Amino acid sequence: MSETSTMQAIARLVPQGARVLDLGCGDGALLDLLQRTRGCTGYGVEYADANVLACVRRGVNVLQLNLEDGLAVFEDNSFDVVLQIDTLQHLRNAETMLRETARVGRHGIVAFPNFAHWPNRLSVLRGRMPVTRRLPYQWYDTPNIRVGTYKDFEVLAGKNRLRILDAFGLQDGQEVRFLPNARAGTAVFHFEHS
Amino acid sequence: MPGFFMSFIATPQFMHFPEALPLQGGASIQDYTLAYETYGTLNAERSNAVLVCHALNASHHVAGVYEGQPKSEGWWDNMIGPGKPVDTNRFFVIGVNNLGSCFGSTGPMHTHPGTGRVYGADFPVVTVEDWVDAQARLLDRLGITRLAAVMGGSLGGMQALSWTLQYPERMRHAVVVASAPNLTAENIAFNEVARRAIVTDPDFHGGHFYAHGVIPKRGLRIARMIGHITYLSDDVMNEKFGRQLRDGLEPKYSTQDIEFQIESYLRHQGDKFSDYFDANTYLLITRALDYFDPARRHGGSLTRALAPVRARYLLVSFSTDWRFAPARSREIVKALLDNRRDVAYAEIDAPHGHDAFLLEDARYMAVVRSYFDNIAKELA
Repeated sequence: MSETSTMQAIARLVPQGARVLDLGCGDGALLDLLQRTRGCTGYGVEYADANVLACVRRGVNVLQLNLEDGLAVFEDNSFDVVLQIDTLQHLRNAETMLRETARVGRHGIVAFPNFAHWPNRLSVLRGRMPVTRRLPYQWYDTPNIRVGTYKDFEVLAGKNRLRILDAFGLQDGQEVRFLPNARAGTAVFHFEHS
Repeated sequence: MPGFFMSFIATPQFMHFPEALPLQGGASIQDYTLAYETYGTLNAERSNAVLVCHALNASHHVAGVYEGQPKSEGWWDNMIGPGKPVDTNRFFVIGVNNLGSCFGSTGPMHTHPGTGRVYGADFPVVTVEDWVDAQARLLDRLGITRLAAVMGGSLGGMQALSWTLQYPERMRHAVVVASAPNLTAENIAFNEVARRAIVTDPDFHGGHFYAHGVIPKRGLRIARMIGHITYLSDDVMNEKFGRQLRDGLEPKYSTQDIEFQIESYLRHQGDKFSDYFDANTYLLITRALDYFDPARRHGGSLTRALAPVRARYLLVSFSTDWRFAPARSREIVKALLDNRRDVAYAEIDAPHGHDAFLLEDARYMAVVRSYFDNIAKELA
């Protein structure tokens, strides 16, 4: 998901000069891009030692925290945009974190692998869990403990009273706006709390 | 052992200050001396200076070894030196011994210039803020207006934090390791037990033991033993000593002999410490720890206390440090976030308790190294 085209597709959603919180910021590449190309400021949250080090190397403000412990260090509405890029699917408390994302940020942007992408459906039809470039893990060793679809997220967003500002799929770095639930490996949602 | 080849010769220096330094407690101290060491070269722009603040029992001897004493490595020799995470080939590093300490700067064992008598218990109470003021005067004398970074661990981290509040324009970065915005009640309690051990030692003589030609070693030993327990983690102590008996496999069934290895270790540490540390210094420094609380004058709000901060921060804590727990570092992180300051925070999963900040840990060293690499790039 760190391909440049995908990152740029996400970055386009972030307003110039926004104050950004990137939950599960990985090696800090997206934050770095936002800082360099869009004049953004902000912080990344990351748990893995190697990623924290990579962020420090890049000069990104990284905070080594466990998202499962919540976002207590962040005040309400303290960020323009909170990003959860390929993070949601790793969280035991995914719904709580979604609410926390909406609490801390005026806008939220969430991206995650869309399990209803057609190759995944085909695989399940054949009786096997999908193993693809986007979902490269076997069912028994996958870190993706929350496996959902584009449509599932719409339902979850509605349940949590999130107003969806924009939603689309991403496939090979291209936006997919026609039948994204079947045609895109990645679901992207841009929302605010109502 | 790479450290051996990297070692360089450190030379202590002394700076005398005739003018009075007003202290937070209302008193002042004059005609005082600060012991310090420097490593590396100050660049032409005078922009590459890094001030390293020391903790309870350390000193200005941060790195390197003394001439002819190969085992006299500074207390942060694994962190600071040529090619080390804080690379003295690029940075000009300054270590200062704090007022009231017992390693060369003016302390309770020295003569009060006003009375001609040894200070002893009359040495004024000094605070973290006072130390920072004294360090700032030393920097003035060295012609350094703005530091590349101020850094420290534990009580040294408190000084680095205080620097960014007292002199917000005088540094680019602050590196605060295994520290806290104040001590918890439990922490103060440990300090108090240590102080009582010293003060109730019959050789203490109300702090004027120098005149009696004695040293309250029993008190110092016990103070050190208590401190040492709190610097380690339960796991590390178990791993190192477990329930091992010192002599043989069978207990001796004695109430007073050393029975377990851990007892032997603590007594050894206590003995060593009582040979070189000053009892009044121990009281002064633990008191400075207790008093430090920048949020106090801001209704307990650390966020408001940190409003003046301009420095960019690197904070590091260690998962098994229960004396300066990660949660305390996170309080500083939060206050910096609330003030929209730049901060990076690494929480290192290390087994060694509070002592971890002085030990070699690849992740910890790599984070500090990368952070200083970036500072060096910034200066270039």
